[in-house]
Amino acid sequence: MAYSHTIHGSSAVLILIACLGWSSTRSLTQDNSQEAGSTKREAGLAAWQQVYSVLTYPRCINCHTATNYPQQGDDRHPHLFNVHRGPGGKGVPALNCTTCHQSANADSTGVPGAYNWHLAPLSMKWQDTNDNILSSTEVCRSLTDRSKNGSLDGPGILRHHQQEPLVLWAFQPGRRRDGTERSLPPLTHEQFVAATRIWVEAGTPCP
Amino acid sequence: MQTYKLMVNGQAREVSVDPGTPLLWVLREELKMTGTKYGCGISACGACTVHLAGVATRSCVVPVSLIGDRPIVTIEAIGQDRVGRAVQDAWVAEDVVQCGYCQSGQIMSAVALLKIRRNPTDADIEESMGGNICRCGTYVRIRKAIKAASQQLA
Repeated sequence: MAYSHTIHGSSAVLILIACLGWSSTRSLTQDNSQEAGSTKREAGLAAWQQVYSVLTYPRCINCHTATNYPQQGDDRHPHLFNVHRGPGGKGVPALNCTTCHQSANADSTGVPGAYNWHLAPLSMKWQDTNDNILSSTEVCRSLTDRSKNGSLDGPGILRHHQQEPLVLWAFQPGRRRDGTERSLPPLTHEQFVAATRIWVEAGTPCP
Repeated sequence: MQTYKLMVNGQAREVSVDPGTPLLWVLREELKMTGTKYGCGISACGACTVHLAGVATRSCVVPVSLIGDRPIVTIEAIGQDRVGRAVQDAWVAEDVVQCGYCQSGQIMSAVALLKIRRNPTDADIEESMGGNICRCGTYVRIRKAIKAASQQLA
């Protein structure tokens, strides 16, 4: 009888040890998984900050305005010549964006250009109506809101950053009338796309 | 120097110029079409306005190399168009012009406006014509003439 108790007791201990081992393994796996997820999210957030630095640079934010007009220059002053946003962000009859902006930079006259030059919709404004740049959180949430961003999912945002002519223009903005080069965003286009990819693959986390 | 084939007022024209030459100077100096005026050279005043594929365009900042095969219409030919003729008639009837220097551009912009908005409001006129500057201040008569042309076209 004592032997039987011993066997049962030993079995119970073995089962307990097995359970504890399995539990530890599962916990360790969970920890690893959580740690990996956390690492991925952190990497995504870090990448987002890089993306944000480009989105809020004048070459981009000058067309992502909250106003009835575009902005110009590194100082982001209101576009000269009484230019208006108009329906669809393309200006008004007789004073369209394409009245001056052609499909490529006009370095001889200082007018920047790219295919289908126009403003981003007001839903994609990255400043407030007092010309203050929105926070990283605000821009991220706006950019990932499919009701605001033209129904783009993460891969769609990545494609936009890769291929949209007006995005590409920001990295080759041409010369001003005085011959000086327009300033460039803090990343190259390749770096911008790479950061966007990391952020998208991390699930487009927002700070 | 490069050779460009342009369609100007329905006629094929060929010019040999530097690719960066603004359309304004191609019209005035190469083709001797001086109806389109130089006012500022920086797209600020609108005196140089022509139509490029139907779009009112500031010819002083568009290099000839970016025109492609888009047809060009200038003030010299705008009267051949029904809307253009109505605008010209209204300009005469309302005695719009004072010195006249800006008026080529004003007419080209007004025609572009009426082709899209046949019955423009004061706000429409102000927005669309606000990029055409008149040193003589004929704005009131311009607005009146646009509305008269609009009624003629109705």
